[in-house]
Order: sequence, then structure tokens, then C-alpha cells
Amino acid sequence: MALARQNQGEGPGRIRRNASRPFLRFAARRLVALVILGIGVTFVSFLLTQFVPGNPALANLGPVTSADPVAVAAWRDRYGLDDPLPVQYGTYLARLLQGDLGESQQSHRPVLTDLREAIPATAELAILAILVAVVIGVGFGVIAAVRQDKLSDQALRLASLAGISMPTFWLALIVLYVFFFRLGWFPGGGRLDPGVLPASERTGMYSVDALLAGQWSIAGDALRHMALPAAVLAAFNISLIMRYTRSAVLEVISDDYVRAARAKGLPERTVVVRHILRAALPSVITVIGLVFANVLTGAVLIENIFAWPGIGQYAYRSAIELDLPAIMGVSLFVAIVYVSVNFIIDVLYGVIDPRIRVS
Amino acid sequence: MPTPIPVEDVVPRRRLRTGLKRPLALIGLAIIAAWALVAIFAPWVAPHDPLAQDYGLFEAPSRAHLFGTDELGRDVMSRVVYGARLSLPLAVLLVVLSMLIGGVLGAIAGYFRSLPDTLVMRTVDLVFAFPAIILAMVVTASLGPNVRNAVLAIVVVSWPTYARVVRGLVLSLGDSQFVQSSRLLGTSSRRTLVRDILPNLAGPVIVLATLDLANAILLLSGLSFLGLGAQPPTPEWGSMVAVGTQNFQFWWLGMFPGLAIFTAVLAFNFLGDSLRDRFDPRGHTSGGRQGAS
Repeated sequence: MALARQNQGEGPGRIRRNASRPFLRFAARRLVALVILGIGVTFVSFLLTQFVPGNPALANLGPVTSADPVAVAAWRDRYGLDDPLPVQYGTYLARLLQGDLGESQQSHRPVLTDLREAIPATAELAILAILVAVVIGVGFGVIAAVRQDKLSDQALRLASLAGISMPTFWLALIVLYVFFFRLGWFPGGGRLDPGVLPASERTGMYSVDALLAGQWSIAGDALRHMALPAAVLAAFNISLIMRYTRSAVLEVISDDYVRAARAKGLPERTVVVRHILRAALPSVITVIGLVFANVLTGAVLIENIFAWPGIGQYAYRSAIELDLPAIMGVSLFVAIVYVSVNFIIDVLYGVIDPRIRVS
Repeated sequence: MPTPIPVEDVVPRRRLRTGLKRPLALIGLAIIAAWALVAIFAPWVAPHDPLAQDYGLFEAPSRAHLFGTDELGRDVMSRVVYGARLSLPLAVLLVVLSMLIGGVLGAIAGYFRSLPDTLVMRTVDLVFAFPAIILAMVVTASLGPNVRNAVLAIVVVSWPTYARVVRGLVLSLGDSQFVQSSRLLGTSSRRTLVRDILPNLAGPVIVLATLDLANAILLLSGLSFLGLGAQPPTPEWGSMVAVGTQNFQFWWLGMFPGLAIFTAVLAFNFLGDSLRDRFDPRGHTSGGRQGAS
């Protein structure tokens, strides 16, 4: 909504304002869909926990106390486990609205606290990986399209197919073996060298915090630790973005307006950047949604290998330990972020390509 | 009463044949055939019993053990060979199940529209709201970690892609002239779906299924890598790589099973990519998600 209103405000003149009304409606419609989806997500994560065969009383109270039926009954009553399911769902939603995600059974801390620590760790990895993937992926994609069917295009196609076929966790293993174990160029895990303390916390992202504080050696150390996992997370997405960019560029490369731009004598670089890439932008933005999901997936698979205390490792550990509140917290967080990212992409899409708003 | 064959019916089949002639498709087919043979003749291909333990732990690749031995002294090559017997059939099973469930629901949604359409597509949106591995992980963890539940979990996350694609195709086919004419002649809903619409779905759905086989292998091995799929001592590629990451100085432990996943996935991607170029040069069938694992 905020985005839409801003857009309306900055539109000078009558034409812009008229054009922004369907856009407002478009954004509002997407927002309603987002809210409904958000409620649905809470419902799914609530339902899933009902399938779990485990005995939560045993897990929470320990073997001695859980043998006492009175204590178990009191405990079940306290958490409302004997209420009808709709009531339980209502209680769950009410707690959720207050930011209460329950307590993790492994860490015995509020899930929200755990998430607050884990999220920045994954965020700095993800941001770096996505930046790298977009820059390299778009670059290679444009090269492949401009040199369509030439040798370099074929080579890039092979490389990108290899990239999307490689299991992320296997790539992580290879990278770790070569660059840490054999060559020793990069550290093998963790966010900082032992003995190095993070700079005073502002974002929780060590690299960003250190840069903000001007502590270059800490920032360098954080970046060195991020290099391998971020590269592994980027690899799959470089290939993906390359493939999308290539086909998006190919769709416009022989259009009349591109020929006109060349005909009027614009340098090739200007034609590619200003005319072709501009038209290919919407598809590239769409793929970012996929990239985002891939990075989260990759985080689950590789954070454990790199001893990276992020959301992926947290998700993995909670799943293995059947830590229900933690699992629900993570899946809820991930789903909501993911859905919001897609909402932003939809809206951006409408900003870039006005034809989308109408449909 | 024989229904006249619509023109659209003929085109996809010819495209399928020319699609198969491209070199990448041929390489893909060859690798798939090789893996299929390895899986079928595993007892003859494997030099050792995949479960037999020996005193020589963590032995580097040698003539006796081409891929070395693992943490229990088992022959890594034999385990990789037997792993094909698990991953490949399961991937096919997964894709067939998702295709059936997604296809039927998508066809119902696209054909009857209104309420069924809303119900199916909102469910699809919900499943797409979670990154595949997170949802699959939660489902497997909730049901209990084993191969059957991992397969179930992956079906849960992968049917929506088919539902979405099939629905779109059925929607557009339903408006096409030959379907409208056939309806005007009084053909029943079921007959229209089976005789007029189904043949036209085959092409795009086959492309999608081929690419999805690649995804299925990745997801399944990913879940096993996380310890949520095949349990020890079953030889499974993903869980073998997991052991490799715990002992990464012995590179052969994870290298070879990972290579097996990589080649199998690559083969299906080669094939699917070539087929897609033929059917749909703009890549619109990839309407679902492409999962990373």
C-alpha cells in the first residue's frame, strides 16, 4: 500500500494520475492476496504440527514428571492441548499476533529470540550470494544472447545446465575440500576467526556491523568467512539467472526499436544496456523470487557444513529434533518473507511494465 | 462415433521426435540409459556387497576399491551402484504421482472453473508459499524420517506445478474451436476431457516431467542428505555425501555419490531442456518453481 501511494504522489500531470489508479487497484489486490495467503500459511503450519506422532508432554516434562497423570493433565491444560482444534488454532493466532512463537524445546528460549539471532547470519550470506548471482548471471545471460548459437553461447548453456544440476551440498563439500583443506585460502566454517569479537551490534550482520563501525580487519575476517558459503549459494542461481536473462534478451533483440537504435548509430554498449537490458528487466526481476527461495533452500542444506549459525541450520536442527515451536516459527518466518518478496516483485513488475497492471 | 483428430494433436508428436534428435538430448538419453542398466544389473556391476564391512576403513581409491572405502570399510563404488536402485525408481515414482495428482486436479480446475478452480488454485498458492525443501522437511520430520515419508513429502510439494500448467492448458484448450464444436455436438464432459483435451496436454507435461525428474532426484537426495530420507545402512547417494561432509578429508566418500547425483540430474536436464526448446522456445512450461538442492 505504501508503495502504491508513493507512486501516486510522485506522478505529475493528468496522464500519470489516471494511469496510477489501476495500478493502485492492482497493488491493493495483490496485498489482499498476500494477507489471505499469510493466514493460510499459519493454518498450514498449525495443521502440520497436528500430524506429529511425538509425545509433547514427555518431551517437555521429562520422563519422571510425565509419568504423573496429574502433572500431565495440568500441563496439557496450561497449553490448551485438550481444547477443540479450532479453539487451539484461535489461541495460536492470538499468541502469534503478540509476537509469541512459543519456546524452543532445544534452546529453552523463546523461538523469536532464536530467530532474531539466526536471521542476520543468513541474511548477510543471502544478500552477498544474490548480489554476486545477479551481477554474474545477468552479464553471462546478455553475452549468451548477443552471441546466440555461437561457441560461447553453447559453452555458457552447457555450464548453466551443469550449474542447475549440481547438488548444492556436494558443491559445498568440494569447495570446502579444495579451498580450505587443500589450499587453506579460506576458513572452513563459522562467522569469525576464534578470538575475533564482532563489532558492536546494529544489524546483527557481522560484515555490515564492522563496516559501519569502521573496523576493517573484523569486516575483512567476516567477509573471508562468507566467501565460500556465499559462492556455493550463488552458483545455482548464476545459472538460473543466466538462463532467464538469455531468453528475455533474445525476445527483444530483434525488435524494431533495437534495430532503430542501432540504425541511428548508437554504440553497441548503449544499445545493449539502455534498450535491450531495460526490456529484459521484468523477467530478471521475476527470477529473483525463485533465487530467493533457492538461497533459503541452499542455506538449509549447507549452513551445517560451514558451521554457519543461521536460519538454515536452525531449521535443520529443529526438524531433526522434532522441536515443534521452532519448526513452526521457522516455516512461518520463511513463508511470510518469501510471500512478501513475491508481492514486492509483483508490484515492481507493475511499475516497470504497465501492461501487467491491467490484466 | 470417431472424433476427428484435431490438427494440434499431430504437431506435438512430431516435435517430440525432432526434439530427441538434438545432441544434448542424445547425450542425456545415453547417460539415463547407462544409469538404468547400472541399476538393473547392480548385483553384477558392483564389485562388492554394498553392506559388507571390512577392516580397511577410509581406504583411498585403489585397484581393489576403485572409489575407496567408507567409514565402516564398505566399498564406495558398490554403494554408489546400488544407490541407483533407490534414487532412480523413486524419482520416477515421485514424478508419476505428482503428475497424476497435479494433472487431475489441474484439469478439473481448468475445465469446470468457478469453485473447483478457486479451491485448487488457492491450495496451489499455499504450497508455493513455502520453499519446497522447508515444507518437505517439515512434512518428513512430522511423519517420521524414512524413504516413504520423504517421497510423500516431495509429492506434497511438487504436484502444484503440474496443476498450474495443466490448468492453464485446459483453460486455453477449452476456449478453442475444436473443443467448443465437439461440445456443441453433445459430447460429454468426460469424453471431451479424455478425447479432445488430454492428447494436447501430453507434450508440455512430458517436458515438465522430464525437468521435474531432475528436481525430484535433487530433492530426494537433499532430504536424505539432511538425514530425513533413507536411513543407514541403506546405500543412498544423498546420505553418502552427508557422511562425506563429516569426514571431508577423505574426499572419495562424498565425491563419487555426489558425482552420481550430478550426472543423473544433468542427464534429465539435458533431455528436458532440448525437449522444451522444441515445444516451447520461450520456456513457458517452467511455470512452477525450480528447486535447488
